[in-house]
Amino acid sequence: MHLESDVLVIGAGGAGMYAALEAARAGASVILADRSLIGRGGATVMAQMTVAVALGEQTPDSWEYHLADTLAAGRGLCNESLSAMLCQDGPARIREMDAWKVGWAREGDHIAQIHAPGHDRARCVYVDVLSTGPAVSRTLRTQLNLASGIRRIGDLAIVDIVVRDGRACGAVAVHLSTGETVTLAAKSVIIATGGLTRLYRRNSASFNMGGDGYALALRAGAELIDMEFVQFFPIGHLAPRLVGMDPIMWDPFRYKLGGKLLNGELQEFEEDYATLDARSDGKYVLTRDRATYAISKEVEAGRGSPAGGAWLSFQHVPDAELRRAFGPVIDRLAANGIDLTKQLVEVAPIAHYHMGGVRVDECMQSTIPGLYACGEAIGGANGANRLSGNAITEAFVFGARAGQAAAKNALSASSHWSDAAAAPTVDLLRSAEKRDTPNLAVAVTDLQALMADKVGPFRTEEKLGEAIVEIDRMASELGAAPPSSGMSFDPLLIDWLDLRNMLQVAKAVAVPALARKESRGAHQRDDHPGLEEAWTLNQIITLNGGEIALERASISKKASA
Amino acid sequence: MKATLQIKRGTPDTAPHVETFEVDFEAGQSILDGLRAVRHNADPTLAFRFACINANACKECMMLIDDKIDYACTVKLKEGVTMLAPLPKKALVRDLVTEIAPPNERLHGRG
Repeated sequence: MHLESDVLVIGAGGAGMYAALEAARAGASVILADRSLIGRGGATVMAQMTVAVALGEQTPDSWEYHLADTLAAGRGLCNESLSAMLCQDGPARIREMDAWKVGWAREGDHIAQIHAPGHDRARCVYVDVLSTGPAVSRTLRTQLNLASGIRRIGDLAIVDIVVRDGRACGAVAVHLSTGETVTLAAKSVIIATGGLTRLYRRNSASFNMGGDGYALALRAGAELIDMEFVQFFPIGHLAPRLVGMDPIMWDPFRYKLGGKLLNGELQEFEEDYATLDARSDGKYVLTRDRATYAISKEVEAGRGSPAGGAWLSFQHVPDAELRRAFGPVIDRLAANGIDLTKQLVEVAPIAHYHMGGVRVDECMQSTIPGLYACGEAIGGANGANRLSGNAITEAFVFGARAGQAAAKNALSASSHWSDAAAAPTVDLLRSAEKRDTPNLAVAVTDLQALMADKVGPFRTEEKLGEAIVEIDRMASELGAAPPSSGMSFDPLLIDWLDLRNMLQVAKAVAVPALARKESRGAHQRDDHPGLEEAWTLNQIITLNGGEIALERASISKKASA
Repeated sequence: MKATLQIKRGTPDTAPHVETFEVDFEAGQSILDGLRAVRHNADPTLAFRFACINANACKECMMLIDDKIDYACTVKLKEGVTMLAPLPKKALVRDLVTEIAPPNERLHGRG
């Protein structure tokens, strides 16, 4: 099947849906494709609570204060133009979502804003304790229903961007529920596929977040930036098995009620690792990166909890106070057999967000004309470490910007589509055949373990070197042609296509991590502790003859907005 | 503990058949955990839908569990037999996967 549109948006999370809405508003015809269902997969729907925006509703504020906090969190690596755009455009987008009845929580006559770690004041809006993401997704889905000119297609997995004469002209996809190959001609293509947290054993995001967009961009010839910076969330839920909840749900509990972290010997250990941090807000003993460090080191020293993390205790908090703070959540915990007044839970650092991504200009265009990116899929706005609450804001802001720019480009261009340029990927899909293959679901798990153990929050030259060798071995074992079990919704084909992307992206993380001989933000090298001023630069990744190539670039300082 | 999953499999073009898998589990694990274990340990061709894994946010893993419509991510594995089947009133795609997207979000079958 062949489809045509002005703009193709890949990924229907917060950024992709916003991009589609803005492109359609600008008069472009849009196809919004997702490998899952529209507005269901991805990270947005999982988002738990806070959205950072300088509304000044709770307390006087300005986008410049938000920018200062964003730059400080980014440890010197932010692209200041992108960071400024995030903070400056944020209020308009959040108010637009408010007009669309997302239901931001209110306090009296104003939108409620809370003070989250790393911010200098109360700045984060939310819907309720656990439902901000679902409310955001629902609101954007409703707007898509009301808009005209947007064709939404779920179960459509994009396999490659098609590039002709150095210009993006569409994509090749596989329609999962029928297995058919679909070619899509588009004058502008927007990557809105989110991050790469599925590369890690423990993660807070969805099955779909294997870094598809980074692999698509690389193979299209685009540049990636800051790929070594993967953010780990220190107290992701580990045990007992908890279903129906976001694994990062303990954060507001710990924040509001002061949950205590204990090691395997039931001793508090945070103080042992506490360092003076000028930006600490006093409620957390340790910032996120230090807490991740402390838990990991306790586990390494043989003082972990049974499942390999730390204990989190609320036993000092009276039942009534727990219920007052988190009423409905306490019931959901009870359904999982968890009573916080009587037991401890286990937590561990989990992969949460990716700071790196597609390198874009201020119009969200990549280094390939006609190819745009937005949301978590881009790199630069958050530098070496993301400030809490910036993820949903950037999804809206960069999504809207990408949609506008992609529409403008499409409405002034003619189609560049070429069957010949699409042929290699069409042939790849056609080459899928029934054959014996190692269990690729196991290979995915192996890669996740490798990344967690060797390319996790704490890195060494030795571990990173081993990881790169193993990634190369797995890639050669994967082979050049996908297996097939025939029929529709083929799990073997999906695993193979996923692994093809995941292995490429894993290497795109490991290679710059090996090169960066310092510790900064989310990139911590045990063999190179401490920040090195000489490393205040960005690393750029491209694909050159099928191999990952690395270059350096100086920081983009000046906001020209 | 061991759970026995009796899974109704097939496609629109083939007669449905039931296959039985045994999975080891720990208290608290979900049906979705069990299905992922089956793919991992026994049969990687088993098809089922999910995106968010266990947050019950994506709502994609809905299926018939012991003759009741429910989410695979929230129903827990139990000792003994659990019967799994695709949603009865949705078009079958493969195994436990059905066509659950609204018609105007599909490639085919648009109104």
